[in-house]
Amino acid sequence: MVHDNALFQYLLRLGDNCLIMGQRLSEWCGHGPVLEEDLALTNVALDLIGQARLWLSYAAHVEGGARDEDQLAFLRDAGDFHNVLLVEQPNGNFADTIARQFYFDTWYYFLLLDLQRSANPRVAEIAEKSVKEVAYHVRRSADWVVRLGDGTDESHAKMQAAIDQLWSYTGELFASDGMDEALQQQKVTFDPAKLRAPWVDHVASVLDEATLRLPEQTWMQRGGREGVHSEHLGYLLAEMQFLQRAYPGAHW
Amino acid sequence: MNKTEWPLWEIFIRSQHGLAHKHVGSLHAADAEMAMHNARDVYTRRNEGVSLWVVRSSDITASSPGEKDLMFEPANNKVYRHPTFYEVPEEVKHI
Repeated sequence: MVHDNALFQYLLRLGDNCLIMGQRLSEWCGHGPVLEEDLALTNVALDLIGQARLWLSYAAHVEGGARDEDQLAFLRDAGDFHNVLLVEQPNGNFADTIARQFYFDTWYYFLLLDLQRSANPRVAEIAEKSVKEVAYHVRRSADWVVRLGDGTDESHAKMQAAIDQLWSYTGELFASDGMDEALQQQKVTFDPAKLRAPWVDHVASVLDEATLRLPEQTWMQRGGREGVHSEHLGYLLAEMQFLQRAYPGAHW
Repeated sequence: MNKTEWPLWEIFIRSQHGLAHKHVGSLHAADAEMAMHNARDVYTRRNEGVSLWVVRSSDITASSPGEKDLMFEPANNKVYRHPTFYEVPEEVKHI
């Protein structure tokens, strides 16, 4: 019996963003360009997976306790995941990973600043705890965008290509639907469209410092939040969920 | 492709209860800002510290192991420099 379906769905969106982004980043483990960066990427991955646990365990509680955080993470199929399409995009080259992270971190940071004021105390607490970690992520990913953009001709070209390539996945970050509006009326969440201005400001100023172009307005991809995903998510879940699917209930 | 390595940096951490920064290791980074980020990610994952210093390894002047005798032998045979010849009064604590 679900108490509050809108809140449950919203928590799944938050938790799934963190979980899928964390899983993607953890694919870099052992493949980072240098040892220091390998550790840094997996640190961010672990921060996000930790935050996914907070959101999903609260989601499980709101759902009524029929499932726990692990069952939500490992036993749902792609159509039941509500993360934005941006976070499931493949790692690509290092610039692709950094561009994806830069767009995501910047958005997530402003979102968490808002959610600290949520009328739901648990949401506010999780946001307050998470924002400290994400403040570091934002600084790190912006720093890399500048280094690569304002680096060599090759790093500049790759960084610009990555920024352009992922741009069409950023529109979904600011979209809302009927479910969001119900939560906004209760002041549990706030209008995501209002995050757009500070997000664009920050992105534009970092790109400017990085000698990169802000992409032109274009058609925007959407669907992830409603469970309509790119093909990449299925492969990611196949790897992430394999153990629980093959050996149900396995633990250590 | 240019495989030039980033310069080496020495990392010092002041722990929660420590008074002085202590050398913990080294890492590669392109500049001080990156060294600071990397030090945070490589050396403070388990709550090791509250303050970080990063110093370019090339900026450190080290004593030469070959000059060990010249540098340190003279201090070896001057026991009177250790405060073991004083009688410490009972009332005085924490010496």
